[in-house]
Amino acid sequence: MTGMESPPRLVDQFERGLDAPICLTWELTYACNLSCVHCLSSSGKRDPRELTTQQCKDIIDELERMQVFYVNIGGGEPTVRADFWELVDYATAHHVGVKFSTNGVRITAEVAARLAACDYVDVQISLDGATAEVNDAVRGPGSFAMATRALQNLKDAGFSDAKVSVVATRHNIDQLDDFKALADGYGATLRITRLRPSGRGADVWDELHPTPVQQVQLYDWLVANGERVLTGDSFFHLSGLGDPGALAGLNLCGAGRVVCLIDPVGDVYACPFAIHDTFLAGNVLSESCFGTRFQDVWQNSELFRELREPQSAGACGSCGHYDSCRGGCMAAKFFTGLPLDGPDPECVQGYGEPALARERAKPKSSVDHSRAANRNTPSGPIPLTLLSAPPKKFCNESPV
Amino acid sequence: MAELQQNPTFDPGLRWRLHPRVAVRPETFGALLYHFGTRKLSFLKNQTIVEVVNSLPDHPDARSACLAAGIEEAAQAPYLHALGVLARSAMLVHEETP
Repeated sequence: MTGMESPPRLVDQFERGLDAPICLTWELTYACNLSCVHCLSSSGKRDPRELTTQQCKDIIDELERMQVFYVNIGGGEPTVRADFWELVDYATAHHVGVKFSTNGVRITAEVAARLAACDYVDVQISLDGATAEVNDAVRGPGSFAMATRALQNLKDAGFSDAKVSVVATRHNIDQLDDFKALADGYGATLRITRLRPSGRGADVWDELHPTPVQQVQLYDWLVANGERVLTGDSFFHLSGLGDPGALAGLNLCGAGRVVCLIDPVGDVYACPFAIHDTFLAGNVLSESCFGTRFQDVWQNSELFRELREPQSAGACGSCGHYDSCRGGCMAAKFFTGLPLDGPDPECVQGYGEPALARERAKPKSSVDHSRAANRNTPSGPIPLTLLSAPPKKFCNESPV
Repeated sequence: MAELQQNPTFDPGLRWRLHPRVAVRPETFGALLYHFGTRKLSFLKNQTIVEVVNSLPDHPDARSACLAAGIEEAAQAPYLHALGVLARSAMLVHEETP
């Protein structure tokens, strides 16, 4: 960040939105070889309406014109698309850098060598436990081995600075140092993000999200590790735990203002954690035969225009921490059935817990590609087996 | 990360320019810089600093680039500080005088 005399603040500028997103997530497919219990996008089966190779290239052309410098590609498992590498090459040739998230299934020695030779591609391997036991309970049997094999292949090929991407849960908070050591061992950078109650995450959030005590533990650890650990700005709801600026990053909700999501069928949502009709801004497919209309959706959709208006602090208005947390994460509130103008379910002042304890209706998911017919009884990993002891009631723990 | 050129010190008496792998995206508040090598983003928070950064290669040194953008010597400190931040993160590189 470049310090200049700066009225109005950059954060305020961002809250009013930019002409193009800074950071764009693009999920290329809902198909996935795994069925992680907390999948944000409820992925599993391919959607028959998935964008074609040409439609994807049209989007890349638009991103180049809009000077979106890079996209975060995910899924589903993006590498299972037959045209995945073609699209990666097309993007980088058109000045759109690629960071893609994968469970590692296709990162063979050959692919790793190819990636090592390409300068504009970043690779992020998902891992939700520093041990197979903790990881596989969430991501499925064999997924730890798959991810670490991919990391080894990347290291052996000389690919520098892969990312190890961890979703912080109740079961892996005590492994933060182990994750750091694991990433260091592969010459990789650790990235830790927040567990969202989005997609299938809604079904397991109550059991998996870190306890209030663990939130403090996580916050302290992140502050101590500073910029050596990436967070995708995902813990801004914790910024009230310390001095402003102690937590690296911009610490604001960028939904529809500086970030958004394009899903596999071209639907544009406010953020990667908000795949629901409520946060659907439009679709990139153009009614004319030529090209796509992502820019039009980004700049003109009614939803995004609303999100760029000043937001009401609502019930949080009288809280002294509102300036740092801004009421927390919109998606986390929405999918836990809390009002959007009230506290985050993981509010560091403890206002989330009484809100969660009240009667609330969790919204039904409107987009679900899970493979199991009934996703509440997953055929694969079952996170509850980890909880050999009943979880402590929140009210038995000191409020933050 | 390829060829991250370290610039531990920023000398405003030298000629500077944007790193060849840095792209500039104009914004209402100033501009967004992205370095395709280091993957770092930076923000130029007003139009004057954007003008200074873009015109650096046209001037023998950073101070004269500031002057040409209408920043008197007494007012240059925050601008030179900003350029120093950019230089240390390899957004700017020192250019040998031709």
